[in-house]
Amino acid sequence: MFKAEKIGGRNVTASASTSDVKLHSKASEASTPSRYPHRLNFYDRPPVLDITLEEFETCAIDRLRVLAHIESLNHRSLPAPQFSAAVATYVKAHLPLNSNSARSANLEEERRRDEIGHWVLRLAFSRSPDLRARFIRSELSLFRERFTSDDLNERNTFLRSMKFNWEEVGPTEKQELREDLMACMPWGKESKKNDAFNAEKWNKVPWYTVPDLIGSRRVFVKGGMAYVPNSSQISLVLQAYSARLETALELTAKNLPRLDEDERLGPVIDHLASSFLSGLAAGDYQPADGTSGAAVTAEMVDDLARKHFSPCMRNLYERLKRDHHMKHFGRLQLGLFLKGIGLPLEEAVIFWRRMYGSSMTDDKFNKEYRYNIRHSYGQEGKRANYPPKSCQQILTTNQPGTQDSHGCPFRHFSPDNLATFLVSSYPTLDRSSAEMRDILDSVKNSHYHVACTRVFEVTHGLKKGDGLGKDGETVSHPNRYTERSREIEADRLGLVKKDEEEEDVVMAE
Amino acid sequence: MAIDMAAAEYDPSSPMVMQAFYRRIFPYRPFFLWLNQDHVPSKLFTHREFAFTLAGDVYLRYNSFANADDFKREVLRLNPSRFEIGPQYTARPRDRKTLAAGALQPIRRELVFDIDMTDYDEIRTCCTDKKICRRCWGYIAAAVKVLDHGLRDTLGFKHLLWVYSGRRGIHCWISDPAALDLNDDQRKALVTFLEVIKGSKEQAKKVNVRGSKDEGDLHPFIKHALKPLGPCFTKLCLRDQECFQSERGYENLLALLPGDQQIIGRLRKKWQQSPDRSSSDKWNDLALEVDALDDKTAIGRKFIKAREDIVLQYTYPRIDAEVSKHRNHLLKSPFCVHPSTGRVCVPINPARIDEFDPETVPTVGELLKQLDNIPTDTDDKTRKGDDYEMTSLKPYVEMFQKHVDAVLRDTKGSRKAAKEESMEF
Ligand code: SF4
Ligand SMILES: [Zn+2]
Repeated sequence: MFKAEKIGGRNVTASASTSDVKLHSKASEASTPSRYPHRLNFYDRPPVLDITLEEFETCAIDRLRVLAHIESLNHRSLPAPQFSAAVATYVKAHLPLNSNSARSANLEEERRRDEIGHWVLRLAFSRSPDLRARFIRSELSLFRERFTSDDLNERNTFLRSMKFNWEEVGPTEKQELREDLMACMPWGKESKKNDAFNAEKWNKVPWYTVPDLIGSRRVFVKGGMAYVPNSSQISLVLQAYSARLETALELTAKNLPRLDEDERLGPVIDHLASSFLSGLAAGDYQPADGTSGAAVTAEMVDDLARKHFSPCMRNLYERLKRDHHMKHFGRLQLGLFLKGIGLPLEEAVIFWRRMYGSSMTDDKFNKEYRYNIRHSYGQEGKRANYPPKSCQQILTTNQPGTQDSHGCPFRHFSPDNLATFLVSSYPTLDRSSAEMRDILDSVKNSHYHVACTRVFEVTHGLKKGDGLGKDGETVSHPNRYTERSREIEADRLGLVKKDEEEEDVVMAE
Repeated sequence: MAIDMAAAEYDPSSPMVMQAFYRRIFPYRPFFLWLNQDHVPSKLFTHREFAFTLAGDVYLRYNSFANADDFKREVLRLNPSRFEIGPQYTARPRDRKTLAAGALQPIRRELVFDIDMTDYDEIRTCCTDKKICRRCWGYIAAAVKVLDHGLRDTLGFKHLLWVYSGRRGIHCWISDPAALDLNDDQRKALVTFLEVIKGSKEQAKKVNVRGSKDEGDLHPFIKHALKPLGPCFTKLCLRDQECFQSERGYENLLALLPGDQQIIGRLRKKWQQSPDRSSSDKWNDLALEVDALDDKTAIGRKFIKAREDIVLQYTYPRIDAEVSKHRNHLLKSPFCVHPSTGRVCVPINPARIDEFDPETVPTVGELLKQLDNIPTDTDDKTRKGDDYEMTSLKPYVEMFQKHVDAVLRDTKGSRKAAKEESMEF
């Protein structure tokens, strides 16, 4: 039974008699170093740790961000090497976990945070079969990345410590099956195959425990058993990890209702799950506050909108231009976005005044709207500096009503309207193209940001999988979308300029 | 005239005929035991989806039943033209409206395969479209042999039930506990493992199982399948179907050869000049060309591999992959009546698949007629046993019963069954 209770102050105790997660309050007793002899971890033993609510949350969010990123990469169906490279880069930056040989790193701390993050997310993700499946899938990719990048000796020590009960193929059977086993050996030249065969070892497991190897016909199968060579061991390890995780999550799910008793953990966990469900991890990207960099003027907005606005902002801007009017949440979404791309307050006032045009008297504008604009720039009221909204906020908060134009077109438009909107806004997109099908498919599966990323790729002449053009980054913020779009343009202009100079082009007439 | 009358009387699209069939002939008891795998109703039956097709193409999904009697009552009430079987769900499918969203998930289900003659249309010459005859049944027979062997010896399953689909195909139901437990990913992986023929009409070469460069060795499973398929190819494709007799036929063959224009050109010229060369002759012509090549050269090896791939393309099982991949796929039940042929979907013994003739499968009309011929005085409560025992369906039900017994012996039900029996005697 998972039970979490508050024990005074800032510390939290959570105890579970079946899964036995214990996050308790005595602030001194750190876990012993021997808890993490290996970098790799199956998370078999629930941690008993001192932990503050804040740590509870930050460890989880760090991991959540990585898992969400992995999931979106997963949905973009990248080629395997590109996928693993993208995972590796991201994991290294956001959830580092070093080998024992890495002397400089604070191994103990890294591993502890890694473990806490995993266990907290188990709670958040155990609640529905869908969430469980998605959690397992992303966790497996994470594990695979770490497994393949692990130091070979350390990895073997880890595997020995796990004591898997794989059935080893004995020498007699190995010789009997020589021809068949060799036929499934993918590696090496014909002449080297004999040596490779003699050096290799096989384990037997029921075929359905290694579906990936079966599907790709990479193993010999007989009597229901798959003969897995050590070179394909990763499949066995992942399968074992996945099976254990699945069982553990189901168990947690059964015991989860008790968790609601704690009024502090509940909301944290709810938030984690819903962030993931909207396909995004919270606040990866910090947009500029509008005070740095080259300023944008009211004059420039129209051009920028056409070239660089994310679909949601493009839509808002076009509506505003057409209707000379916009409801509150639309103004807020667009206004904060413009602030984020560098439109200073004075220019914002000019911009909005111009957009409302004659539909509004100067008097009314000055009385009602000027204040709101100044407010959003932190110049009125409690002088808070409101940040531009992230995709997650746009996707999940203030759902637009029928009269509203704010929100995310991918999420809030019907597929038909979405297609029409995209085709009319982005001439490079064809309604019956494969790209459009990709986009609509992602939308159908509720991967809105993946669809948006695809639009970015297509409209910026990037390959599928390039994302925002850096490490296959996925769209997570309209301002980031615009920032990258402008950077790409600047890069290209730079190149073109250089070309022009070199070629010494003379433009006649 | 009399024959016409009889046919009209026993038209399978007539509600009266189907009603009589469901009342007197359908083998409810073994059917229940087969799905339930126990004598006492288990979730394997009570949480199982049944879908009924009624006259006028009304389709009723998410039915479920407490036991065999409950099921029978509803079948008699609805009198469906046919019905399909789905998976065991996490809850009773009929309660689905009162369940929380997402609470009804498929969990267990027999592993099923579907082979249909339509997928063979491009390589059969005797019939087209919905027709089937003993000759083109040979393709199905070849497929059953390879699959039956593969599913047993390679994948380790024991309880396979092959069932005629009523017109031009065959289904296979696997009831091993390990098969029931497979999740969708595992089913997909298995199908990908078994599937060799892939590609659309537009794609000439449909066998691509040698890696990206098309040069690798065959996986042992496919290699072993080639052994029985070789003779099949000679008998069925060359002699019986004459697959390469027509110009279209031999052009299809040439399109499957590696790109050596000299060899292809020579063969084409020869075959154009003597149009009556049989398929066997042409296959020999190709063999001579291949023999002349040095098997140590790249092109030589390519031709040898291409010949194996051609045999596969013409004889390897063509399964409908989608049917097998998902637990919630519905498949027509054994012992249903095919609405247009009137034939009963009977079990088939895979060991005698070559002798099977779809034309001899009992139709609902024949069965009812056989019952009508029984003197009425035996048709009351004094009579022992079921009505089907007096019809030509008997051997098929017995075969089914034997299969069900074997399944039960291997499951928990077996112990109970043994107990009941010892008490009876
Ligand atoms: S995914 Fe984000 S950036 Fe793209 S349209 Fe939706 S909210 Fe805007
Ligand atoms: Zn035929």
